[in-house]
Amino acid sequence: MAVAKRIVLHFPKRIVDRPVVCRLAKDYDLEFNILKALVTPEEEGLLVLELSGEQEAYDKGIRYLTQAGVKIQSLSQDVLRNEERCTHCGACITICPSGAFELDPVTRRVSFYNEKCVACGLCIKACPPRAMEVHF
Amino acid sequence: MTKTIDEINEKIKQGKAVVVTAEEIIDIAREKGIKKAAQEVDVVTTGTFGPMCSSGAYLNIGHSKPRIKLGGGRAYLNDVPAYTGLAAADLFIGANALPDDDPRNKVYPGEFNYGGGHVIEELAAGRDVRLEAIAYGTDCYPRKKLETWINIKDLNEAVLFNIRNAYQNYNVAANTSDKTIYTYMGVLRANLGNINYATAGQLSPLLNDPYYKTIGIGTKIFLGGGTGFVAWHGTQHNPDVPRTEKGVPTRGAGSLCLIGDLKQMSPRWLVGTSMLGYGCTLTVGIGVPIPILSEEILDYTTVTDAEISAAVIDYSDAYPNLKPDILGEVSYAQLKTGKIKLKGKEVPTASLSSYPRAVEIANMLKEWIKSGKFLLTEPVAPLPGTESGITLKPLKERPIE
Repeated sequence: MAVAKRIVLHFPKRIVDRPVVCRLAKDYDLEFNILKALVTPEEEGLLVLELSGEQEAYDKGIRYLTQAGVKIQSLSQDVLRNEERCTHCGACITICPSGAFELDPVTRRVSFYNEKCVACGLCIKACPPRAMEVHF
Repeated sequence: MTKTIDEINEKIKQGKAVVVTAEEIIDIAREKGIKKAAQEVDVVTTGTFGPMCSSGAYLNIGHSKPRIKLGGGRAYLNDVPAYTGLAAADLFIGANALPDDDPRNKVYPGEFNYGGGHVIEELAAGRDVRLEAIAYGTDCYPRKKLETWINIKDLNEAVLFNIRNAYQNYNVAANTSDKTIYTYMGVLRANLGNINYATAGQLSPLLNDPYYKTIGIGTKIFLGGGTGFVAWHGTQHNPDVPRTEKGVPTRGAGSLCLIGDLKQMSPRWLVGTSMLGYGCTLTVGIGVPIPILSEEILDYTTVTDAEISAAVIDYSDAYPNLKPDILGEVSYAQLKTGKIKLKGKEVPTASLSSYPRAVEIANMLKEWIKSGKFLLTEPVAPLPGTESGITLKPLKERPIE
């Protein structure tokens, strides 16, 4: 069974300079699409990937990453909407490049589908009440 | 069929008033006809919830011991400057005010994370706010410096006073230039990448009473979660614009000046708001009841999104340069589908005003009236109408030699 998931990888300082992600393709036959990459001044690395392949290969690839010292999180845990601050105006809808916000035509409420989110961050500052939050 | 506000209030007191929202009345009138609906329905409630920049609040902080004269000095609430051109213990904080050290648009587009609108929200939420003030000192007000926490519950008065709110219709914003622009109408992507609009359409107060036949000075309203009043017509009130046969203005027209006790209000209905690259403002919840005094008045409240159109304005040129050109006219029914056709292109649309919250306000006001806790008021004076001669004048600049 094929799977495709969006994950956030946190690289500790000691492996920032090692080739890790390329082995997912070479050794585990997985495809990856880099959505975001960041190396902080303290030289910790952050990579947001869409990773796809056969379930078995995917599991092995994740095990490899974990053993290499990479901390893995699902992307959906990282971009959140503060439900108390969101007013459901809809300003985010046309800003989001991946269509993660959808307007219900009847209630006019805005739904956020974080599985569609690519963590680009455009909505964060474009949201007038600042209801969108990134927690990397 | 005619009714008076006194008769309606009597029914409200007895718990017998029939109250519906401006959304519900559309189907009721369609089913029963205008005549029957006007007989049965006593009040139609409206609502709107959007960023309203000309909002502010005045506070009386109480006199310190020894006394300080804030008037003519300087004062800051959570680092946001407040206006001190009033007497010793009075301050006014405007929604657009920014801390002196905010970088504004020096780092473009500026984020504007905290300003006067946020201070007003925090006051309404009952949170402590830091007041810092300096004064020049007088014989009767000797103190020159003040640093203290204040809380709305300890203030003598905290009054929301908005000089222009609840615009009757508004521009629809687009961008024809080749770069993204950051406006008070939100982020507008290049080459007609998106379009933003900002009214509650068929639920909006002044669109349901287009000729101001019931809404006037002294009308009691829902304001920021509490009750308030129409204090005056809003600044830039411009009633004499093109209108449809049913009187609906097709451009920005009337506006309201509103006042209400901030102590009654809540942060759910007063939200500090940041417009990227533009500034800070306050999103305000307003609901206005419309007494159904006649069939004509009921007929106005049946207005639908399909019958309300607005002008699409290019915010990369026409708006900043005060040119009269428009890119087109669209109805709110079209805008609400999520995309419109403009210049042969399909353009996605979004709203800056929250329709679900507007519905919630209209329903809250409906419940307040039905339960007898909110009575209607008779306006003490009408708002200037189409015959008033009031027009929106541009600034007449005269060089200073």
